[in-house]
This record gives sequence, C-alpha cells and structure tokens, in this order.
Amino acid sequence: MIKNIVCVACPMGCPITVTLSDGGEVLEVKGNTCPRGKAYAVTECTAPTRMLTSTVKVTGGRTAMVPVKTSVPVPKGMMLDVMKEINAVEIAAPVTIGQVIIKDVLGTGADIIATNMC
Amino acid sequence: MLNYELAVIGGGPAGMAAALEARENGVQKIIILERAATLGGILEQCIHAGFGLHYFKEELSGPEYAHRFIEMVEKTDIDVKVDTMVLTIDGDNVITATNNADGLIEIKAKAIVLAMGCRERPRGAINISGSRCSGIMTAGTAQKYVNIDGYMPGHKIVILGSGDIGLIMARRMALEGADVKMVCELQPYSNGLTRNIVQCLDDMGIPLKLSCTVAATHGKDRLEGVTIVKTDEKLRPIPGTEEYVECDTLLLSVGLIPENELTRMAGIELDRVTNGAVVDEYRQTSKAGVFACGNVLQVHDLVDYVTIESKLAGEGAAKFIKGEMACGKQVETQGVDGVRYIVPQKINKETDKDVNLYFRVGSVYKGAKLVVTAGEQVILTKKRPRMCPSEMETVTIKKEVIEAIPDGVKLTVKVEE
Repeated sequence: MIKNIVCVACPMGCPITVTLSDGGEVLEVKGNTCPRGKAYAVTECTAPTRMLTSTVKVTGGRTAMVPVKTSVPVPKGMMLDVMKEINAVEIAAPVTIGQVIIKDVLGTGADIIATNMC
Repeated sequence: MLNYELAVIGGGPAGMAAALEARENGVQKIIILERAATLGGILEQCIHAGFGLHYFKEELSGPEYAHRFIEMVEKTDIDVKVDTMVLTIDGDNVITATNNADGLIEIKAKAIVLAMGCRERPRGAINISGSRCSGIMTAGTAQKYVNIDGYMPGHKIVILGSGDIGLIMARRMALEGADVKMVCELQPYSNGLTRNIVQCLDDMGIPLKLSCTVAATHGKDRLEGVTIVKTDEKLRPIPGTEEYVECDTLLLSVGLIPENELTRMAGIELDRVTNGAVVDEYRQTSKAGVFACGNVLQVHDLVDYVTIESKLAGEGAAKFIKGEMACGKQVETQGVDGVRYIVPQKINKETDKDVNLYFRVGSVYKGAKLVVTAGEQVILTKKRPRMCPSEMETVTIKKEVIEAIPDGVKLTVKVEE
C-alpha cells in the first residue's frame, strides 16, 4: 500500500510517499529532505503522535492562564483526553518555564510543562 | 533629553534580536521601547509549537522562543522601557515617547531600529454586509482571549481566511471544545503553511473551503450565522451558490499589515507591495541611521527568519554608529514575472558579505525555476519543486557578483515555468 503524506516535522511541508507492506510495515520512504522527515513519515504511518499545547488556569499570576505543552509528543488519538486533564487543573503563581504541572499525563510518558512564566 | 547610541522601537523578537546583535557588535548604550507590559511581542500569545526549528534547531512554543531572547536581554545592560508608546521620530532621529512613569520623554539616538511588527487586517478592510453584532473578531483577538485571558469567545465558529493565525485558532478552539464548522478561503489555494493545514485542519477534521467567502453576517446583538458563497476565478461571488451557516463567532484571518505609522510620519520611503520601508542589505531605510526589521518591514511566515533579518539590522546599526557603513553606489532589486517584491530593495555595491534576497511569488507554481538576472546576464537559476504565495522564498547572491553589476543595471528575479 502507498500512502502520501505531507511532512509536518518543520514548516517546509515536504510531500512524502510511504510504501507499506500488507502487514502495515514501512518498506520505503521517498520525498523526505531530512532524517526528521523520514522519522516523521514512519511514525505517522504506524503510530501518529502530536505535540499538544494548551493553557492552564493560574491564580495570582500576571495573566489568567499560563501556556503549557507536552514534554514529548502524545498519541494523536489521545489529544482530546489529554485536553480534559489539562483543563481540570488550576495552579498558583509563581510558575516558572519548564515547571512540571502534570506528571506522566494519562500514562503517555509525557509531562505537561509550563512554557512561560506567570 | 535621554541620549543613546541605539534606540529600538518594539520589544518583540525583531527588536530584541536587533538590540542584542548591536550589543554584540560593540554598541554600548542601547534602549528598547515597548508598548506592552512585557517584552516578547505577539509570541506571548502564540502558545503553539513550531518556533525555532531553523534558528535553535529545536521545536519551541512562542513564549519559549521569546523567553530565550528576554533572558539574553536581561543579562546585558540594555535598557528597557515597557508600557511605553513612541509618538514620533523627528528629522534628527529624536524619538518622542510617553508612559505613566516618565510622562513625555525625548530620546536622542545615533541610530534607530524600527521593529513595531504588524497588525491584523480588520473587518472594516473587507466588505462583508451585516450589522455590528458581537462575535466577529480577528483570529489574533480570539487568540488573546483564549490563551492569555482564558476566555472562550464563542462555541460555533466559522473562520474566514486561511492565514496561519486562522488555522492555528481553528485547532485551538476545537481543542477547547468549540464546534469549528469550516475555514473559508477566497483564493483557490490556502494562505497558510502546509504543516498548519495538516496539523490544524486535517487532524481536527475541519473542512477547508477554497474559492469561498463570507458574503453576509446575520444577527443583531450576537452573531447568529453567516452566508457563505463560492467565488469564481476573478474572486467574485457566484450568484446562486449562497449557503447559510449557523455560528455565533466569525474569526477573520485575512492578512497582516506592517504597522508603519511612525515610519510614514518620519518621511521614510515605503514599498507599495510590502507596505514596509524600502531598505538596503543591512535593512537601512531611506533615512540615514534608521533601520527596519521583522514584520514591520515585511510580513514573515516564521519567527526564525525575523530573528535572522533583525540581526542584520542590528549589525547594520552598529556599523552606522561606528561610521563603517558602505555609502557608495547601489544596485536596485526588482521582482518581475510572478515575483511580487524583493527585500532588500537596494544593495550597496561595496557590501561586505553575500546577500540573501527574500521575496514572495504571486501564485502557486509547480516545477518552476527562479531566474536571477542583471541586465542580459543570467546570474543564477534555481529549481523549485513548489512555490506558493504563503511561503517566503530566498536566494543568495555572492558579493563579487553584486560588485560586478554595471551601474544603472537592476538585479531582477523572475519565475520561469
């Protein structure tokens, strides 16, 4: 089976063609212009993941919300579940960049970490 | 009056990079003037990832990217005035600014870097009929509501324009539980980066309707719906294709305008296509000692390129302050046959390094070539598998080549299919 995907590893957006075996095994990757592209194409065809960014409520901070991200990409299908976890927490200022807000969210291995001070 | 070697107007990524680079190049007394309460500019509300892949070789969110520069600025003796609005720049490079603490202040600087960024094209700039009900705003306004204030501006969303902020907000609103009905784009192609189409729309199952626009809004106090309509190849609405879409919010992502009021008031020459200043290879404007960089000069797709451009401006400002700026004959650049503009518009023949030309094409091209010529002479030919208006192109011209261009001959870039 042949899958055509657009690489989103960086803003270049390279069109990549992946050839898969009947068992879903990656046989060939074509069209990528860097190793990151190849890695993305393989992951995208076997177990797609996404970096998730959102915000968490803060009390007593300079703003009402502090931005957060997953420390590593999470399974694409779990994004909305992770969002529910993120929206359920509220933290008190001060918040520092890189501060872990939720450890190992939903067992994905990803921490939810702050991406700004507050 | 305060005296500085360099005054930088705007404390976003452009202003910070320019100030830091000038410092690195030996400029001693530098001040950054910022209108908002903190440094960082628009990156503070751009919480999504994808920043820094080129410049830092890692994927950062907007606030993280900004923070790296804020930290660097804090480690220097560069002065920063936040909550400060610059009102005018006069003929002798004297800046008049105001804030609550100092009242009215005058700053005399040997050189000035303009780094005021851009703003979004508002509803008033596009013709949509309907009343002034609530629920119609730019995508960036919604971004501030959601990401900074923690406030959802609506639940059933239609987005007009496929600019990157619109795409990013489509995903953001969908992740927060809103029903994002569609993104309508007047042109037959998307105006955002490919990766944003994939990650923001395809991932969330949001349809992108090309050759489609919003013809009317409905609702008196609050938006209740919009009428969308298909458009023909001349971008005119096609009668009979109207469709009503129920929604309580319409987000506009219909272009960015460099914020050049100060530039205009200072009598600096502007480029009609970019709406930014006409500059040389170090981003010096038509007014000696005044430089421009970042989105106030040309709207960029990626902050990484803003940083690169702003470092050039900072380096240029340092050269100007030290009296090392080339000021002999210049070569003009010109975009023709599909190339809409080129930055820089002028290059000093005695320039001391190779020059990158940045430009955008006017429509989508597949398998076309970029051809750079000086008069009859072809200087460079580059194959490009795909070019589109939403992605900035660049080619590098060697300094020896620039030196050798005869007087009065323009450096031209065109698309050859």
